[in-house]
Amino acid sequence: MEKVKGSIAIIRCLKEEGVKTIFGFPGGAVIDLYDDLYDSDINHVLVRHEQGAVHAADGFARVTGEVGVALLTSGPGATNGVTAIATAYMDSIPLVILTGQVPTPLIGNDAFQEVDIVGITRPCTKHNYLVSKAEDLVPTIREAFHIARTGRPGPVLIDLPKDIVASMVEFTEKKPIRMQNYQPNYEPHMGQIEKACKEILKAKQPVLYVGGGVILSNSNEELTELAQKMKIPVTMTLMGLGGFPGRDDLSMGMLGMHGSYTANMAVAKSDLLIAVGARFDDRVTGRVDAFAPHAKIIHIDIDPTSISKNVAVDIPIVADCKHALTAMNNWLDSCGHNLNEVAATHTPWLETIGEWTRKHPMGYLNEGEIIKPQYVVETLDELTGGDAIITTEVGQNQMWAAQFYKFSKPRRLITSGGLGTMGYGLPAAIGAKMAFPDATVVDIAGDGSIQMNIQELATAKQYKCPVKICLLNNNYLGMVRQWQELFYDKRYAATVMEVTPDFVALAEAYGAVGLRATKTSEVESVIKEALSIDNVVLMDFRIAREEGVFPMVPAGKATTEMLLV
Amino acid sequence: MKHTISVLLQNKPGVLSRVTGLFSGRGFNIESLSVAETLDSTISCLTLVTSGDKAIIEQITKQLHKLIDVIKVTDISESEYVEREMVLIRVKAESTTRAEVLRVIDIFRGKVVDVSPKTYTVELTGSASKIQAVIDILRPIGIKEIVRTGTIAMARAPKK
Ligand SMILES: Cc1ncc(C[n+]2csc(CCOP(=O)(O)OP(=O)(O)O)c2C)c(N)n1
Ligand SMILES: [Mg+2]
Repeated sequence: MEKVKGSIAIIRCLKEEGVKTIFGFPGGAVIDLYDDLYDSDINHVLVRHEQGAVHAADGFARVTGEVGVALLTSGPGATNGVTAIATAYMDSIPLVILTGQVPTPLIGNDAFQEVDIVGITRPCTKHNYLVSKAEDLVPTIREAFHIARTGRPGPVLIDLPKDIVASMVEFTEKKPIRMQNYQPNYEPHMGQIEKACKEILKAKQPVLYVGGGVILSNSNEELTELAQKMKIPVTMTLMGLGGFPGRDDLSMGMLGMHGSYTANMAVAKSDLLIAVGARFDDRVTGRVDAFAPHAKIIHIDIDPTSISKNVAVDIPIVADCKHALTAMNNWLDSCGHNLNEVAATHTPWLETIGEWTRKHPMGYLNEGEIIKPQYVVETLDELTGGDAIITTEVGQNQMWAAQFYKFSKPRRLITSGGLGTMGYGLPAAIGAKMAFPDATVVDIAGDGSIQMNIQELATAKQYKCPVKICLLNNNYLGMVRQWQELFYDKRYAATVMEVTPDFVALAEAYGAVGLRATKTSEVESVIKEALSIDNVVLMDFRIAREEGVFPMVPAGKATTEMLLV
Repeated sequence: MKHTISVLLQNKPGVLSRVTGLFSGRGFNIESLSVAETLDSTISCLTLVTSGDKAIIEQITKQLHKLIDVIKVTDISESEYVEREMVLIRVKAESTTRAEVLRVIDIFRGKVVDVSPKTYTVELTGSASKIQAVIDILRPIGIKEIVRTGTIAMARAPKK
């Protein structure tokens, strides 16, 4: 058996897994690994903060569907990554995070830059490891990739003591991984598929409620086939946007707290709710007992713990969405019913839905020259044909991006849904752009969030990674301010950004380009100019400061109790 | 309702904290927990007693199963099973109470494992409810210290 240095073995394992790009930040505990990476053809992206490394790996993973990889040093390097690891965990994003650790004899001694990162990240990783023996190194890395990308994906962390990385280890031959204790179930139970399809044939007011599982399992085509064949209207969660074409007549847009009037009404009135890769999050359901109160519920999810966690369901299907949707499409095609006739029975339902949209379309009031953020997003949508990769920060900017950009394809909206991490958008955009250098990548940002990882402008610049930042600058922590306006008597406690940088000058300080628009009439030309420049560009849109995100379902209310514009 | 759940897990460092972390993080309660190696030294068996309605117990078993190091989860209390707990009780045993203590532990098939001028240390096994009964009876006599193992349990073998 071949013996190689631990660091070489790690690099060879990464290459075995098809890794070409990793994101990281060095330190004493990983210096050996960096030394060998220096000679390897793996492309290493040096970020400016470890949170940025993990978010960038996460952005890379979301756009490609591959496992993203980040490399951090021990102690503060590892803890700086924790927020981003939790971000990936909440959204089921496949990552492998390699952290340096102090040498094994020092573990537990409060050594310099020692932290129990395995203990810290246990609740926010799918799994994690401390490699304590040299012979475990290679099998652990292989197993970590396997776990990260299979089943319900997620981040896996491997803590690597410095002495093990520097020691000689056996580089065993790669064999297919079989784990007695971990065998995700991909195939649906055919009895359940049949039950579900029979409900679909009976339903008069069905709704497809689509979550991030459709994106993760690449089942958008199977979903689209089902929706179009049976004429079932579709609503998507924040994580599901792009799973069904946003411009299709059957699309009702997003549902939930800032969902469309139509989507929330349709769910409330539906007689059959087909949840596909969605998890009945509180931001989606509002008051649970008022969520889809008249509907039978079919729930497809690969993770059994998602099923009947928040809402009891009638027909659970534990399976990969792609396998389950394919089985449903096949069953329906061969069931002997005339599907066109069945679909035609939904016409009155689709008319009702159309009526809701006519009455309460997604909209906003344009007020002359004061820039409306929704207008900025709409203009960006038009100028990029709904086909750019959009990352977002968190807050109002994120919701406007979700509401007004009509995502035509999956893996185009890259946003922190479950954790809602401010500072996600810029590093994620860099990761996305590294994966697809020819794609247009735009971070729709808020002035508060962008400052949480603004240092990554230097990374973008260094790697000639011309991402665009579309800053919806309201000089507020806008989403919190909106809650204060509506529910706290307009007491703007700690949401006014009294000092903010001149973002144009700041961009220029990093060697990027800064553009500014203060009037509606300037918006289009600024976006056009930004898209045409082969450099990192920050567009500072001075928007209507107190614009709100509507519709809005106040927390804990039924989703039909929407505040409209 | 009380449930006794048996979990087979990889016998590796940190595995127990994955289980306890799951319970604390998700607000499930643990009434007792005991764990030791099985015949196969790479696998441990953990018995835990918890309570909750049907939906909570379903979440608990699913969430346990989702842990990568967990091999098998059985809600033993779903079917026929035997459960045992062991307790060590140090009880006051002075001239006036010695006979009484001996009588009580005899009834419950316990035995004295340590003696001092003023105390007996008693060992007893049984179901959690039997242990509780002994404690209740000995309490008025004067219990100085008590250590319980927590319940272990096994499904009954099929009769045919
Ligand atoms: C790291 C982090 N801290 C705090 C919050 C709470 N939070 C949610 S939205 C928001 C305001 C964001 O402000 P900004 O980035 O300017 O976006 P806007 O809402 O104004 O568009 C805050 C503070 C969060 N989501 N993430
Ligand atoms: Mg703001």
